[in-house]
Amino acid sequence: MKDPITELDVLQSRRTFLLNSGMGLGTAAFASLFSKHALAAKSDSAIKPKAKRIIFLFMAGAPSQVDLFDHKPDLHKLFKTELPKSISKGQRVTAMTRGKQQLVAPSTFKFAQKGKSGIWMSELLPHLSASADDLCLVHSFNTNAINHDPGKTSFCTGSETPGKPSMGSWLSYGLGSLNKDLPDFVVLPSAFWSGRVNVQALYARLWGSGFLPSKHQGTSFQTVGDPVLFLSNPKGIDRKVRRSMLDSLATLNRKHLAEIGDPEIQTTIAQQEMAFRMQSSVPELTDISKEPKEVLDMYGPEVNKLGSYARNCLLARRMAERDVRFVQLFHRGWDHHSSLPKHMRGQCKDVDQPTAALLKDLKLRGLLDDTLVVFVGEFGRTVYGQGNITRENYGRDHHPRCFSGWLAGGGIKGGMHYGKTDDFSYNVVENPVHVRDLHATMLHLLGVDHQKLIFPFQGLDQKLTGVEKSHVVRDIIA
Amino acid sequence: MFVIRKLIRIVFRVSLVGGCIICSAFVAHAKEVSFGRDVFPILSDRCFACHGPDAHDRKAKLRLDLADGPDGAYRTHDDITAIKPGSLEDSELWYRITTDDPDDLMPPAKAHKKPLTKEEQSVIKQWIEAGAPYERFWAFVPPKKPKTPKVKNDSWSKLPIDRLVLAKLESLNLQPAKEADKRTLIRRVTFDLTGLPPTREEIKEFLADNRPQAYEALVDRLLARKQYGEHMARYWLDLVRFADTNGMHKDFYRNFIAYRDWIIRAFNENLGYDDFVRYQLAGDLFPEPTNDQLVASGFNRLHLIIDRGTALPEESFFKNVLDRVTATGTTFMGMTVQCATCHDHKYDPLTQKDFYSLFAFFNNIDAAPETGGRPKNGLQPPFVALGSPEQKKMLALLNEQFAESDQAIKAKKKELASEKDAEKKKAHSQELKSLTAKYNEVKGKRDRLDREIPRAMVMKERKEVRPTHVRIRGEYDVKGDLVTRNTPEFLPALKKAGENASRMDLAEWFVQPENPLTARVAVNRFWQQFFGVGLVKTSEDLGAQGEVPSHPELLDHLSVSFVESGWKIKPLVKQIVLSRTYRQSSVSKTEQFAKDPENRNLARGSRFRMDAEMIRDQILATSGLLVNAMYGKSVKPPQPDGLWKSVTMIGERFKPDSGDAIYRRSLYTYWKRGMPPPQMTILNAPVRDACIARRERTNTPSQALLLLNEAEYLKAARELAGKTLQTKDSSGRLDFAYETVTSKLPDEKERKVLSDLVSSLEKNYAEQPALADAVCQGVDLTDAKKKAQFAAWTVLINTLYNLDITKTRE
Repeated sequence: MKDPITELDVLQSRRTFLLNSGMGLGTAAFASLFSKHALAAKSDSAIKPKAKRIIFLFMAGAPSQVDLFDHKPDLHKLFKTELPKSISKGQRVTAMTRGKQQLVAPSTFKFAQKGKSGIWMSELLPHLSASADDLCLVHSFNTNAINHDPGKTSFCTGSETPGKPSMGSWLSYGLGSLNKDLPDFVVLPSAFWSGRVNVQALYARLWGSGFLPSKHQGTSFQTVGDPVLFLSNPKGIDRKVRRSMLDSLATLNRKHLAEIGDPEIQTTIAQQEMAFRMQSSVPELTDISKEPKEVLDMYGPEVNKLGSYARNCLLARRMAERDVRFVQLFHRGWDHHSSLPKHMRGQCKDVDQPTAALLKDLKLRGLLDDTLVVFVGEFGRTVYGQGNITRENYGRDHHPRCFSGWLAGGGIKGGMHYGKTDDFSYNVVENPVHVRDLHATMLHLLGVDHQKLIFPFQGLDQKLTGVEKSHVVRDIIA
Repeated sequence: MFVIRKLIRIVFRVSLVGGCIICSAFVAHAKEVSFGRDVFPILSDRCFACHGPDAHDRKAKLRLDLADGPDGAYRTHDDITAIKPGSLEDSELWYRITTDDPDDLMPPAKAHKKPLTKEEQSVIKQWIEAGAPYERFWAFVPPKKPKTPKVKNDSWSKLPIDRLVLAKLESLNLQPAKEADKRTLIRRVTFDLTGLPPTREEIKEFLADNRPQAYEALVDRLLARKQYGEHMARYWLDLVRFADTNGMHKDFYRNFIAYRDWIIRAFNENLGYDDFVRYQLAGDLFPEPTNDQLVASGFNRLHLIIDRGTALPEESFFKNVLDRVTATGTTFMGMTVQCATCHDHKYDPLTQKDFYSLFAFFNNIDAAPETGGRPKNGLQPPFVALGSPEQKKMLALLNEQFAESDQAIKAKKKELASEKDAEKKKAHSQELKSLTAKYNEVKGKRDRLDREIPRAMVMKERKEVRPTHVRIRGEYDVKGDLVTRNTPEFLPALKKAGENASRMDLAEWFVQPENPLTARVAVNRFWQQFFGVGLVKTSEDLGAQGEVPSHPELLDHLSVSFVESGWKIKPLVKQIVLSRTYRQSSVSKTEQFAKDPENRNLARGSRFRMDAEMIRDQILATSGLLVNAMYGKSVKPPQPDGLWKSVTMIGERFKPDSGDAIYRRSLYTYWKRGMPPPQMTILNAPVRDACIARRERTNTPSQALLLLNEAEYLKAARELAGKTLQTKDSSGRLDFAYETVTSKLPDEKERKVLSDLVSSLEKNYAEQPALADAVCQGVDLTDAKKKAQFAAWTVLINTLYNLDITKTRE
């Protein structure tokens, strides 16, 4: 019996061949037109890929850069003074703080220089500080959105307007699979977190495929029941029963293929076989029982809880090993309008050790070289406080004009700060990196020209980076 | 320097012209070049971004979408003529698209557009040589009834649809396929008109009906079914992004039940598409609007909406209007009007001013831009109560009594407070008690009745028209020129009934016969339903960047006859499904599928995977679980645990409904935009946060997992297994099951494969009774042998549900 997957590949490569052999885009090629666009992005570009895959650690709710990454040592002198108008420039703020006084709330946390490179890290991230020399801290991220929903939507899909494909689905579409038994794009939302206030919602569109074929949509792993929806055979149908059933099914489907002629039937057969393989490859992937104790310890005690950020970091590493193209973790609970220091401690405890462990673990296995790791939220937070401001306690509002995050591995220079903000961490004063620029850079590191990764829809050559200007941040590439 | 460069160019040009005469000999171009079909799409795709309708970004004072005018293609600027009709040599454009000088080549590298292929160059060449004739863009010229073409195979069909299809087939040296067999035909047309499979009895009846009009009679029966309206409504709900939640932030419940139900009734009652458009765009503006008209105007409220909190209300307001205009553009115009939010449209002659003039029609809503806390019953004002006149009268009466009672209590409380005398105080207290009892009683009655009366969110104008400004770069807070309500300049003029243009004028503008878009956009979508792909494939965009129609004259024929029929949808649908084109067999050779995978030539019947809802409804229907109750509250059939929990910010947990409700048609499934039902989205249903005119159909392993393992689908298999085993004649069991699921009878080979499977499964389950027990859970069986048999047949039905032919409309 022929392996259906191989047959599918042959079919697909035949299509590709027809398209690339100068037959042009006649009516016959309509169906495969789209894959041609995807291929063009890869083959035409002279960009040498530095990374093969991405692990995106998305801190949903927007962590405070003032407390985490953007060190402003002189702010303590300005405690509770009004933010100068020369800094705030009358720029728009949210409905929560509009018309209110903007009083500076310096960070209560200490910063110190870490690693050989001596980059500044907050005491909130002791474990991660040990990996300082791998991190490229970007302080000049900026976005247009001032609220979570549009902020996350534009971060994950390149546009505030819902309906566009997500980052991971673009990559799946543009680069195809590295792995035949697992999805290209996996989403791992944390099932719990410490900062149990203002927990912002997630939406299926954040990992949806928009107008791209839905095979590119993210597969969100579940913590209850099957990790992949409908993965397990129902009770009473064991693997042997399933196999014999699938064999009969394939025989009939093949018969119908011969009679009807529609090659789509071949695809059905192939997908049913892939489903069968996923029934063993996914449990194998999520089973961490064979991980050595020292590895588990590295991720911290939470790793033993299903759905924890720590477990998801470990799973992300296991996925990197298995060449899943894009893994996106969502850790919620960062929306700290009040009692920020308390919630921040909790959230950082959630993520610090596991994130550091992920970096170390990838490095130990030689995977960090070609795995890009990104850690960022949808925007930043204001230097001015919300609520009753004391030295030890304050809240912060949403702030899109500057925020910090970091990149590591996959062709990134480690141990550096990139981009500068003013003395109040309010506006970018040097080397701005818009969300679009981050997207362009991520694609670039994977060897894809963001201008060429297109999909024709609604009359436009749609791109992840949209129609506005964007650039690859070359200074941070090794 | 300049002169030298120019000289070099001329030399180059001459040699290029010579060179291309030779190379064009290799390119067989038998057919004549048509500007609309062949030239325009190339110019639009490669050139319009810089040389198109958008004046702001226009380079070199050249626009190629027009021939004449100071910037038109024939213009001479700095001694350079872009296109000189009839002369390649004098046409700068020809040099620019063929040169190998990278500095001069168009489109330039920085535009990230592909250079023209040899074939495309040859098209341009032929066109310029033929005098570079421009025509108006096809979709902006009102459709005209085409002549019925002459065909060689005159006896195939006399119907205009078929004549127009056959003429193209003959021009391509193709023949139509033979008619599909009767079983395929009844399955196809029953699915296409009702979204459900035919029953075995219906198949039997149709097979036995040998009258020439048997098929037409079948079609009439199907069009008269209530399920027709449900099925047609489903496509509409994708288009208008219908859902049960806000879709943003806290994603609260949003109640559009009445709108959904009205859509179903409108299709069943065969409401003219003109009224269908009028009611939705402007139902609230009829002099004395009916309930239906008001409910329909809820179209204007279907956009995503944020709840009050951190967002800036004026930004939310702008986004809502934008969403409304975008929906109108996609739904009724088939145009990407939203592209002109920030600048003039790059491809269509729609200016930014045109966009905001359209925007102005939708800018005057009398509603808060954000919903409050948790909107009661999912309703945000303005909304209307829809009860019967008696109910409304009763409610008014109760409200009056309630107010009186409330007043009385307040007055009594005052008296009580100011009373000093203990005796009197006591008396007042007594009276207050009885007043409170009365109050509670009235309130209870009122609230009960209130809950019974359905309500619908509607559109409502503010008294004073809100001024509309162009927004610079599309930024909600950067205002440009003031604009007044108007339709795009390049389309027929708007007729105003009063001094100020109204949404009703806009609705009338859409349905006046001169409007070149409305009918085309609608019939193209209906066609797409029956062939899997529209005559214009990009059914959401008939503009410059959309695809040109595969059969322009057929599209015009359908559009004109649609309008002439009084915009009646059922006759249009009937015309389509009665055609021989529609009735062709979808069986073909693999090479033919490869040559025309989407069946654009219509040389066969279309074959495509059915939508999620049809697949689920089919499983419910064939197993006997389907509950045909229509209308009302959306239902929550079971789904895997934890999905809502994983996304919510308000602690929402999915609680499945129970009882019959969970077996209602998928159309009624509760749609949370933040986490839509996976049984639907896995099979390509859109999230419903944007207007979708066509779903794509990809084949994925998650789909295979869903159809193999979903608990409710397995339950359905169990149900059908039970029914199958109850059939008296045990030798007919396979036929019964196979026919119920696929509408076909198995042939020898199929029968053998399946009976081998069932016997091996039976043996396996007999050997492992625990496994059999697990399959038979909830089934009233004690005998081990019977259990093994039951389990085996359940798996067999599960197999049938996973056949490619089961999930595919053939």
